[in-house]
This record gives sequence, C-alpha cells and structure tokens, in this order.
Amino acid sequence: MSKSSEELILFEERVPIYPRSVKGRYRNVKWAVLILAYGVYFVLPWIRWQRESSVHQAIMFDIHDRIFYLFGMIVNPQDIFWLAAILMIAAFLLFFVTGIAGRAFCGYFCFQTLWTDVYMFVERIVQGERPARIRLDKQPWTREKIIKKALTHFLWLVVSFVTGLTFTLYWGDAYVLMGQFFTGQAPFPAYATTLFLTVTTYVMAGLAREQVCTYMCPYARFQSIMFDTNTLIVAYDESRGEGSQGRAKLGKDLKTREERQIQGVGDCIDCGFCVQVCPTGIDIRNGLQMSCISCALCIDACDTIMDKLEWPRGLIRYASENEMEGRKTHFFTLKNIAYALVLLAAIGGLVWSVINQSQLSMSVTQVRNPLYVMLSDGRIQNSYDIKLNNKSEKTITLNLTIEGLPGATLDLGKIESLQLEPLSSINLYVRVKHDHDSLTYGQLPFHFVLQSKIDDEIIIEEKEALFTMKEDSGL
Amino acid sequence: MSDVKKEPSKSSAVQTTGHAWDGDIQEFNNPLPRWWLWAFYATVVFAVVYWFFYPAWPVGDNYTKGGLNSITYKVGGKEVTTHWNTRALLMKELQEGDEAQKSRQYMQSIMDADYDQILSDPKMIQFTRAVGKTLFNDNCAACHGSGGAGVVGLFPNLVDDDWLWGGSVDEIHQTLVQGRNGFMPPFKQTFNQQQLNEVVEYVLSLSGHQVNADSAAAGMKIFKGETGGCYYCHTTEATGMKEVGAANLTDGIWTVANVNAQSTPEAKRKVIRDVVNNGVSRQMPAWDDRLTPAEIKTLTVYVHELGGGG
Repeated sequence: MSKSSEELILFEERVPIYPRSVKGRYRNVKWAVLILAYGVYFVLPWIRWQRESSVHQAIMFDIHDRIFYLFGMIVNPQDIFWLAAILMIAAFLLFFVTGIAGRAFCGYFCFQTLWTDVYMFVERIVQGERPARIRLDKQPWTREKIIKKALTHFLWLVVSFVTGLTFTLYWGDAYVLMGQFFTGQAPFPAYATTLFLTVTTYVMAGLAREQVCTYMCPYARFQSIMFDTNTLIVAYDESRGEGSQGRAKLGKDLKTREERQIQGVGDCIDCGFCVQVCPTGIDIRNGLQMSCISCALCIDACDTIMDKLEWPRGLIRYASENEMEGRKTHFFTLKNIAYALVLLAAIGGLVWSVINQSQLSMSVTQVRNPLYVMLSDGRIQNSYDIKLNNKSEKTITLNLTIEGLPGATLDLGKIESLQLEPLSSINLYVRVKHDHDSLTYGQLPFHFVLQSKIDDEIIIEEKEALFTMKEDSGL
Repeated sequence: MSDVKKEPSKSSAVQTTGHAWDGDIQEFNNPLPRWWLWAFYATVVFAVVYWFFYPAWPVGDNYTKGGLNSITYKVGGKEVTTHWNTRALLMKELQEGDEAQKSRQYMQSIMDADYDQILSDPKMIQFTRAVGKTLFNDNCAACHGSGGAGVVGLFPNLVDDDWLWGGSVDEIHQTLVQGRNGFMPPFKQTFNQQQLNEVVEYVLSLSGHQVNADSAAAGMKIFKGETGGCYYCHTTEATGMKEVGAANLTDGIWTVANVNAQSTPEAKRKVIRDVVNNGVSRQMPAWDDRLTPAEIKTLTVYVHELGGGG
C-alpha cells in the first residue's frame, strides 16, 4: 500500500462509470417496466373523463378546491386516512417483496433507476458505446466532443423538462395549463415546480446517478436489514466460477469446461462483462454489496457469455444465500407470511373504505360558550355548530332533524330549505330547545339525523350529540 | 482490465502552507471548498445589488430606501406610494388581495340583501357569522362576553330569547346604531320597609314563585297604583315595555336581579329588594360612528342568530 492511501480521506471523488449496454431477459423486463411506467406517467394527465362538475381530467389533484379526482372517484380532504392506508400498503409491499426478492424495487421500479436508464440510453445514442465514451472523455475538447457532450446534456434537459412539466400537469387542467405555461400566464407554483423537477431530474439522473443510491437513499439502506438467508439476491456462484484454482481467462488448454475442470479452474473466464454493464460500477463477484441495486444486468451479461461458450447459464443468477450454500430456500417464512397478511389487511381495509365512502358527511360540535341558556318559558336551549359536506356531484336537498330527545325542538331559524351545491360544504348554527320540567338534570345524548337523496338513493347520516342542562335545580 | 479501480485522487492529499515556525511547526493548508467560496462571493454580489433595490443602510436618523421598488396602496381613501416594506405590502394585500376582494364582494351582497333574505340563506348566515364573530369579539365581547352570555345585572345575555329592547332584526339594528340607556328609578325614598316587601312579594309571584298571598295582593296595589307607579314602564300585566327597555317580570328570566342563582326564598327576595331600592342605570354606547353600516348589519345578524331572535 502506498503511503498516501493510508491517510484519512474524507472526500472521495467520484470514479466515472461507463456502463456497457447488454441484451437479455432482465434487460427486456426492465425495458417493459420502463415503457409501462413512462406510458402511465406521461399519458395520464392528457386523458379526459366526463364528469358533472367542471373538471374533465381523469386524474387531477386540485389543491385549490381541496379535491382529488381519480377517474370515477372523488377524494375529499376527509378521506385523508386513505393516504395513510396507501402509504401502509406501499411500505408493507416493499417489506414483503424485499424479504423475498431483495431490492427488486431498486432494480426495476425506482424512478432513479428508470430515469438513469433513459439518460444512459441517450448517452449511448449520442456518444456511442462504452469504449467510445471513455475515449471521448479522454480527448481534448475538440469540436466533436463539444457537439456530442452538448447534445447529450441538451437531450437530458429536454427529458427532465418534460418530466417536470408532466408532474405539474397533474395539479391543474393539463390542456389549459399547457397553454398558460408557454404564454407566461401559468401560476408561479407551476413554473417553480417544473423548474425544481427539471433541475433535480437532470442532477440526479444525469450527474449523480449511482451516488444517489449509494449515499443518499435511505431505502437502499433499510432494505438491506430485511434480507435474510432466504432472500433472493443477485449472486455469483463462487464454487462454480472459481473452482479450486480461481478464475482464469480463456487461454491455451483452458478452452473447454472439461479442460478447465481438470486443472481446477472455474467457469468464470474473467471477461469483465458483468463489471462493465454494472450501472453502479461494482464487481458482483466480490459478493453482495451495499451498492448493488439488484438490476440483474450482470446476470444478462454473464448469460450472454455462457450462451456463446455454450456453457450452462446461471454463473451469476438470482439465488438466496441458502441456495448458494446448497440448502433449500424457504419463501413461506413466518416473517413473509406476516408481511403478506398485514398487506392484505391494509388493501382490504382501503378497498372496503373506498367502496363504502358516504356521499354525505356531517360533523357536530356543541357550542360551549355558554353551554346552555334558559329561555323565558323555562325551557333550556343548547347551540351546535354543524358542518355538512356534499361529496357528490349533484345539488342535493338536505333535511336535518333530531332524534332521541322527546319533546325537544330543533330551531333552524328562518332557513326553510337546505340545499348544497356539488362538492361543497356549509357551516350551520342551530339551536335545540328542550322542556326543562320533564328532564333529569345533567346531559342527555341524542342524534342529529341528516337525510338526503342522491340518484334516487336515500342517504342517512347520524351524529351523536349531547344536550346539556342545569346541573341542579338551584342554579 | 477495467478503469473503475479506485485510486486516491491527487486533490485529497493534504498539503502544508510551506512555512515552518520554530523549526518544525507546520500548518496544513485546507482551503475552503471551491463551491463554497464562489457561493460566498455570490452572496456578496447579491447584497450589493440588494442595496439599490431595497431599504438597506441607516443614514443618520434616516435610511436608504432602495430606488426601484415602490408600493402603492390606500390610506383613508387616498393613494400613497412608499418604498418597499413588508407592512405596506400587507396593507396592499389586505386591500387588493384575492381574498380581500372576495370578502368585499360578499360584504356587498350582504349590503344588497334585506334581513329576511340573509336569515333564510344558509350561505349568507355562514358568512355573516364568520365575519360577525370577529366584530363581536373586537367590539362587544368586553361586556357581553365572547359567547354573548353577558353578566346578570350588568350586561344582558344575548343568547336567550328575552330581549329588553326587542329581539327582531330591526330592533337589534336600532340598538346597535343609537345605543341604549336602561333606567329604573331607585325607590328607596318612595317605599317604606313594608311597602318594599309587599312589592317584592308581588314581583316574585309574577313568575310563579310561592309567596305570601296577602302581601302580594298589597304589593299588586302599589305596583298598579300611583304609589309605586311600576306599571308605567312594566305595564299592568308586568310584561315589560321594550320601547323603554323595561323587563318582562312574568317570564323565567331575570335580567337584573339574579333570582335564579339564589337558592333560598329569602335570598331571592333580597336581590329583588336591592334592585327596587337602588334602581337600575345601564348604558350601551351607540355604534353608528364607530362601525360601518355593513359591519352593523353583519353584527345585527350575528347577534340575532346567537339566541335565535325574539
């Protein structure tokens, strides 16, 4: 070891990575996921949806009016706990999948991986394959280099801008916002959001790349602790690859498997393809590493080589630690089953809640200042703040009554009919009067009953409330 | 094989400043990171540019106001232009902001509507109650309490259905605009002890309390006769007269003598006796010169809705 490398180094410069492209099963799966994800992400805001309200976009998150439109569903702020359920589902799905298949999320679905893939694709189209890129970087700044580099960065910026703009379109009417955006009339947050996402996409997918996974991402770290000996990881079959004498390149007397096996040399021909294709620049033959995002491109690379040599595939493959050590892999472990159960419960709960979403809701708060007041005829009056929400897309007529307090009257003042416009709410201040003589003293529970008709379906909402009276006759 | 082998980069080796003190003491040279340094220079440039745009330097008892930013807003109907400052910015926002305009529009619709319209429209009630609550807390709550429950004997309860000066919107409006003087003369000089007790007995009997029938009958004569003359204001039926703010003595609510809070008959008699002896003198100020017509209208609806009017 040289003297300088023994010194404490607090900052390590990034070693440039030039991943080589590779074809294969997992690469195809990754392309398929990428096309699906991009298709959904970039097309969704443009899909229209016929609604009775003025919003005709299939998916729109209307922050200003506090309503989320998801195809035929309308999500109100009261449904915020759905978000908790969705987050729970996402978390347990991650735990479950990670326990079984390792960092499958990182390798196939994470947007960092997806966007980096696209950026690398752009890079390859403009600058060429790995050797060409290495050569280009070593070159002085010639005309060719300037043009190629500039074109790469320009295309990256185009991708990131379209990414940022598309994200923005989810929060307003896409067609209108698009027009406003390019004529300078869009609201400031639209520009700010687009700019922010353009910059972060460009920096993360273009410049930072694998450093995001290695140094920044918390998921990368806590997924590792969900691994056990049954978890599928991208693994190098060391006993097959190294034999008893280690790996060796194809050479004289080392051409066929038989020749190699006689000399105790393993199947790994040390071609380095698996290292060259790795987007995080690691050598999988060193075993499972923190930087490995389980993208499986090294599997494709090795399989390509094995196919060419007509040796069996699987020198690098998805395998658990147990499998590699000749034991059986168990997927139905207590941990995985428990994750699956919680996951199913969360999904079931969410589905149940969405299906049973009421179109109407009511909340009741008793006015506590003063808690009660005596009327001139000796009766007691309590007041209540009531909030009514119409979550449907219809104008509805409401009927508010009380139940469970015999002889009491509900005073709505001069309000004769209660109508609520689509997706609106109203605060009511109502008074309840109850005969004082017939009462026991203290608090009496009763119900506010709200009744309405939406699409010929009668909807009834009940809310319990308390009626408070004098504590004893003397006061 | 591959060029991804990690080599310690040159820049990571720490150098010294090159000078040695006392023979062997050297100093490491750890310059500021380049990005940090340039960010610092950028803030310096930013600061200098800022001086020309915004208020910055104190000069004597004045300060530089920045040349290129000014705010125009209204003070008492007149347009004023000042240099950039957050207080003026707030004023402008309160006058011209989206919410301010919406609120002004709503306020106009309240002004254009008559009381019946407002009281039968849940949306208008919602708005007037929201605005009215602030107005009430700013102007009325000091006496009537933040919930409007008042203090018996001092400030009337606005949540019940008993209104000394009338509980219709027009009467409440009138009360707010011109204020009220509640007055009942003291009868200390008029009644002797026996007459006082008889009147009190009668007053108590009006709202269904158990009393001495003979005393009450004598009290009634004083109440309805010229000795007491109570009926001038309270009327012969003792149901009060809202034109002069005289209380209804036949209902369950006591607005001055806190009878309902007393547990013994003797204590009930005492609080009534005190009121008859000492009289009542209460004042509610007029608000027409302190509040705008729109504010008075809003408050009228708010107060009316508290107890449901009368």
